[in-house]
Amino acid sequence: MASIARGDVEHLARLARIAMTSDEIDAMAGQLDVILGAVARVQEVAAADIPPTSHAVPVVNVFRADEPAPCLTAAEALSGAPAAESGRFVVPRILDEER
Amino acid sequence: MSDLTRRGAADLAAAIAAKEVSAVEVTEAHLERIAAVDERVHAFLQIDADGALAQARAVDAGDITGPLAGVPLALKDIVVTRGIPTTAGSRILEGWVPPYDATITERMRAAGIVILGKTNCDEFAMGSSTEYSAFGPSRNPWDLDRTPGGSGGGSSASLAAFEAALAIGTDTGGSIRQPGALTSTVGMKPTYGGVSRYGLIAFSSSLDQAGPCGRSVLDAALLHEVIAGHDPRDSTSIDAPVPPVVDAARSGDISGLRIGVVTELTGEGYQPEVRAAFETAVEALRDAGAKVEEISCPHFDYALPAYYLIAPSEASSNLARFDGMRYGLRVGDDGVASAEEVMAATREAGFGPEVKRRIMLGTYALSAGYYDAYYGQAQKVRTLISRDFESAFGSVDVLVSPTTPTVAFEIGSRVDDPLAMYVADLATIPSNLYGGPAISVPAGLGKDTGLPVGLQVMAPVMADDRCYRVGAAVERLLGSGADFLAGAPAL
Repeated sequence: MASIARGDVEHLARLARIAMTSDEIDAMAGQLDVILGAVARVQEVAAADIPPTSHAVPVVNVFRADEPAPCLTAAEALSGAPAAESGRFVVPRILDEER
Repeated sequence: MSDLTRRGAADLAAAIAAKEVSAVEVTEAHLERIAAVDERVHAFLQIDADGALAQARAVDAGDITGPLAGVPLALKDIVVTRGIPTTAGSRILEGWVPPYDATITERMRAAGIVILGKTNCDEFAMGSSTEYSAFGPSRNPWDLDRTPGGSGGGSSASLAAFEAALAIGTDTGGSIRQPGALTSTVGMKPTYGGVSRYGLIAFSSSLDQAGPCGRSVLDAALLHEVIAGHDPRDSTSIDAPVPPVVDAARSGDISGLRIGVVTELTGEGYQPEVRAAFETAVEALRDAGAKVEEISCPHFDYALPAYYLIAPSEASSNLARFDGMRYGLRVGDDGVASAEEVMAATREAGFGPEVKRRIMLGTYALSAGYYDAYYGQAQKVRTLISRDFESAFGSVDVLVSPTTPTVAFEIGSRVDDPLAMYVADLATIPSNLYGGPAISVPAGLGKDTGLPVGLQVMAPVMADDRCYRVGAAVERLLGSGADFLAGAPAL
């Protein structure tokens, strides 16, 4: 089932937002193929009627009282920002992405 | 070498409380030891001498008391620390100084524990050797050409090199236990939800769990008690009393205890010297009064592939936060490039090869058309593995296995072969998928290499005390980590 072509890796890299080099894409295709071949063993298990487990210890509907509590100041929240101005994060343009 | 660095945590805390020695002297001795050996061991990414000495002075002034007050600790660099740089072993977070403390960091500070610095780990805890750290590998004090394990190899190496008396690791597939086994130290993965994940940099949220490491079972239990317990800031935290881990570690009574040896975790793929040490330990437990039987957990054979679908899937989602916008590295922001282009350039430059592999693998496993066959199927296998545990715990109190298939391997020998690296977690992964606690304790030295072997004890959810009980028994029967380390080569 798993046979990863270069085009598949390019597509995954775009989905994952990683600007891989051409050499990396070639290397990754081979490695993913081997790893996927190994992990595909899970498909040997007959599990059609088995419910999936998404969490080890089921804890549901955890609420807390809706009361104000101390939190980071704006300056603290911005302390690690690559770029900040006037109490806000500065980011590259987000409109007109598809030139 | 100062004798203070050879002493265990419980012993040091008692000496400090009795004013036989000051916390400042203890801290200084460990800082000197780090200065003397860490260039070779490379356990630490960051030393916080000023913060450590300030905390030690507060303990000496009587401002903070407690069973571990004044004891120096090495903290894995994936746990955030206010004011101390935290990198998770990644270039993408190089130089980042967190504006807040993790819950466990807060609890340790409040208990008077002295945080010496931050320890090396595989990038975002993805690896079994520390070789995937962006800042170079840590080295095993038993043999500097070998790995101290991973991802928490910095923490285990710091203990084995007597640079710290306690350490914290995080365990997603074995990252506390495997390094413990490879260095003759104790490493405990608590029940999932038993220790808060607030402030742990997330790798795989349904599997990640922080836990204590030490050179004795009691030291680990004392640290467990400090960090464990309900935290409203972690919605998966269990709101129940902490299991009586310290009492269990002091007791070590296993008479009548039913121990299951897992068939699937002892056969093929395990080195003969690992199997031999494991069998010796099991025989000793039997002689001490435990009832030992072999027990099959058939789906454990599928734990490794299930894990390498579930963990990368969760990682691909969790690591989306590293986008160069709010903290950490930003690359390619030339005023022209779009946000998406900057994100892709940042992640390309900031992530190492193993992290990229796992993000890509997870992206694939979650993508349309493959979800059911990969991630969905892995989640069903996870259910079957949990059922194997539950069925086994119907007839035995704990399960045991070797912690790792092999003794410490040589640095460089697996780094370019992802599958060979993944196999290091063969025996430790099942407990993460199930959520139950598991500990690795020293089980002597391999007869061929003379390198450490670990015994793993797995218990039911919230029965963490059983891990410590059996661990303490093994320690009494075979010797403690500190005993074995006394025979390790001098650094």
